[in-house]
Amino acid sequence: MPRAVIAAHGELAAGLCSAVERVAGRGGAFVALSNTGLGPAEIEAQLRTALAEVGDLVVFTDLPAGSCTLAARRLQRELPGLTVVTGANLSMLLAYALSSASPAEAARVAVTKGTAAVAHHGGTDGG
Amino acid sequence: MAVELFRIDDRLIHGQVVVGWGQPLDIQRIVMVDDAVAASEWERELYRMGVPEEMSVEFLTVDAALAALDAILADARRTIVLTGDVETMRRLVAGSAGRITTVNIGGLHHRSGRAPCLRYVYLTPEEREGLQAIESLGVTVTAQDVPVCDPVPLSDVLASTGA
Repeated sequence: MPRAVIAAHGELAAGLCSAVERVAGRGGAFVALSNTGLGPAEIEAQLRTALAEVGDLVVFTDLPAGSCTLAARRLQRELPGLTVVTGANLSMLLAYALSSASPAEAARVAVTKGTAAVAHHGGTDGG
Repeated sequence: MAVELFRIDDRLIHGQVVVGWGQPLDIQRIVMVDDAVAASEWERELYRMGVPEEMSVEFLTVDAALAALDAILADARRTIVLTGDVETMRRLVAGSAGRITTVNIGGLHHRSGRAPCLRYVYLTPEEREGLQAIESLGVTVTAQDVPVCDPVPLSDVLASTGA
């Protein structure tokens, strides 16, 4: 099973781990990291520690412009093999956790699945 | 003037700036004043990557920002001027000859040597002095991480000891 770090705002990362566990029993694929109360250097340090813990070089983040994403992109300078995926959602993380491919390939497939999960159904203005 | 915010934030460009303030204030431009970032193409590209297409971003040294301050203030685009530390903002205010009247403390997070004031504001003794120096120049200094929270006056920030 590929493993990864989820780094996000507030309690989102822990919530996504919990949801992956509920749906597929694979919450253990991820280590959750929150940026709450942390400066950029501390986010980067905690990310480095979390990556060492999971063993695979993949980070999922929420906002493309967020501090977690910036910290992960900084780490790519010292870890050129690190994959950073932004815009994480539950479908994406399930695809990753259930994959039997390598972490980098699993991340590529997960992005395709996660992107395909975003859709808009119905709704009317003023309703 | 179209500068909506002069903000100190050690995360520089991030979610609170781009989305938290950017959307309600309809921000069109970010001017990041940081000597180190302005000198590094790699750093500039890193921050540029996070900015939405409809928002422009400029990277200036303190000296360049002061030289361009009239133009920055006169520009019609709704703008956030951003520094990553107190000292950079103090230099900017000191050189502005009264043209900067308010400063927002958006986030100075926990790190070694900083003591807690608010949940998102931790300060070293030097940073406390720097903020007081900014205020002593006639500038209104308040802490406010996101627009929906009330601004906290500097005197209250400095009197607080809880994060």
